[in-house]
Amino acid sequence: MSVLVVAEHRRGDLRDVSYEAITAGRELADARGGDLHVAVIGGDVDGFAEDLNREGVDGIHAVADGEEFDHNAYQAAVSTLAERLDAGSVVVPNSVNGLDYAPALAEALGVPIVTDAVGIEYDDGLTVTREMYGSKVETTVDVAGDRFVLTVRGGEWPPAEGVGDATVESVEVDIPESGARVTGFEEVGGGDVDIADADVLVSVGRGIEEEENLELVEGLADALGATLSASRPIVDNGWLPKNRQVGQSGKVVTPDVYIAIGISGAVQHVAGMKGSDTIIAINTDPNAPIFDIADYGIVGDLFDVVPELIDEFA
Amino acid sequence: MKVLVTVKEVAEADDDFAIEGTDIAESDLEYDLNEWDDYAVEAAVQLAEAGVADEVVTVTIGPERAEETIRMALAKGADRAVRVWDDSLEGSFPDVASKVDLFEAVVAEEEPDLVLGGVQAADTGFGATGVALAERIGFEHAAVVNHLDVDADAGVAHVHRELEGGVEELTDVDLPAVLTVQTGLNEPRYASLRGIRQAQRKEIAATDLADLGVTAADVESALTITEMYEPESESDAEIIEGDAGESAGRLAEVLREKGVGA
Repeated sequence: MSVLVVAEHRRGDLRDVSYEAITAGRELADARGGDLHVAVIGGDVDGFAEDLNREGVDGIHAVADGEEFDHNAYQAAVSTLAERLDAGSVVVPNSVNGLDYAPALAEALGVPIVTDAVGIEYDDGLTVTREMYGSKVETTVDVAGDRFVLTVRGGEWPPAEGVGDATVESVEVDIPESGARVTGFEEVGGGDVDIADADVLVSVGRGIEEEENLELVEGLADALGATLSASRPIVDNGWLPKNRQVGQSGKVVTPDVYIAIGISGAVQHVAGMKGSDTIIAINTDPNAPIFDIADYGIVGDLFDVVPELIDEFA
Repeated sequence: MKVLVTVKEVAEADDDFAIEGTDIAESDLEYDLNEWDDYAVEAAVQLAEAGVADEVVTVTIGPERAEETIRMALAKGADRAVRVWDDSLEGSFPDVASKVDLFEAVVAEEEPDLVLGGVQAADTGFGATGVALAERIGFEHAAVVNHLDVDADAGVAHVHRELEGGVEELTDVDLPAVLTVQTGLNEPRYASLRGIRQAQRKEIAATDLADLGVTAADVESALTITEMYEPESESDAEIIEGDAGESAGRLAEVLREKGVGA
């Protein structure tokens, strides 16, 4: 049975995860002995179709629709294509937009969905590797039946490369009028400081416990001549403005030195800082995933270590 | 209008935990209200306080143990609760469609105008139930909402969806709708003592499959967890040993070598 990958684009550009999903899709197509098809919906579909024609892609199906993302259009187009191509596997990026239509698509197709896959195996049936309990464990999940929708995590498969020899077709799909309409976009995180410009970031997470404790890390940032940034919970709590947030939904930063204080290192955070030259982590939990990407680590209480560190630079 | 909030009691693993079979040992799990759902409850209660919602009902799929968590949502201002459970769900790993079967039956009973739930559950991290439910019950939907303004008269929710990379998408969603709520949407309140007292008198309707007209076969899961293990650490970090003073001293050397604070 064939595999259908759905490309993702935003405001004129294909997103990298589209090419990664193609790699995951090719893996499935090889295991299942079928063709690999890619759907691209809305925006500059002809230009996108050209870019998506990478090695291993057999067919590209371009569905013209408006400029902006519309989950109803995606669902209508993908379910039409999945049925026509007899696609037993539909592969969607595990992104904010992917999760806005993939579950509805699976429901409409009457097939199971598994989200946020970090690994797949197909041998008489699909087995998905995915994390649970906030990345503390990995699980393998068997999926009954031979049809499913799968969303794949970004950064887990290498992007498809080269130039393919896929056939490209334009597809007309009846798209129902949508009860959800995009009216615009807002860039968040403006303001006086751009953490992406900083050479040294002192970054603070949930381990700081209370708003008044922020003074401590502000003191360290001052002592080091560094800029203060934060992980999501600090911004959710309103303790620091959104322009200080590092991570998938915040800023991507690549400073010379990144000091993570009381940050466990959830995948969404790591996506925003793993490109830093030197990563230093201070955390009480020796199993915190932040240590997996750190160059230097202190397993200890930030309330003991940070004051000592400030003294070193006083 | 009536707001239905899906509320899950999630398990969190202790820092040190053991894996027994395909799950974490019961003694190493702590149960709590799912963080994302806390924001959904707050959003619903704020709609009630603003006079937009007449009633806020929570619905939970969970065993009797979950009632403590459900009481927390009631203490924060939800009016009453429905708890769905059946022994056949014990120990299974329900797929999205099974959960939707149960929520669909509750929606048919309650007839809400708006369904709110968290983007995902902290334990399984699936992030799919709300959008699948919307498809099943014929509601519009929006996933990953971090700003919400309900215009009940116009029958529209003006939302922001939090995309990756610091961009928010502004979307108008026709009601009735299912919205999945991102953390940071609001500031979830702490339950007041008065709220906690009042919650003791609020109704938690225990409901089983038969009450909902659902069979055990309907909620048979297509998914089975076959293995659970701790991921191998890929760390090649130099762990700095010593007490706080010693490790801070060594770290200061490292920082100075990198030209920091010089």
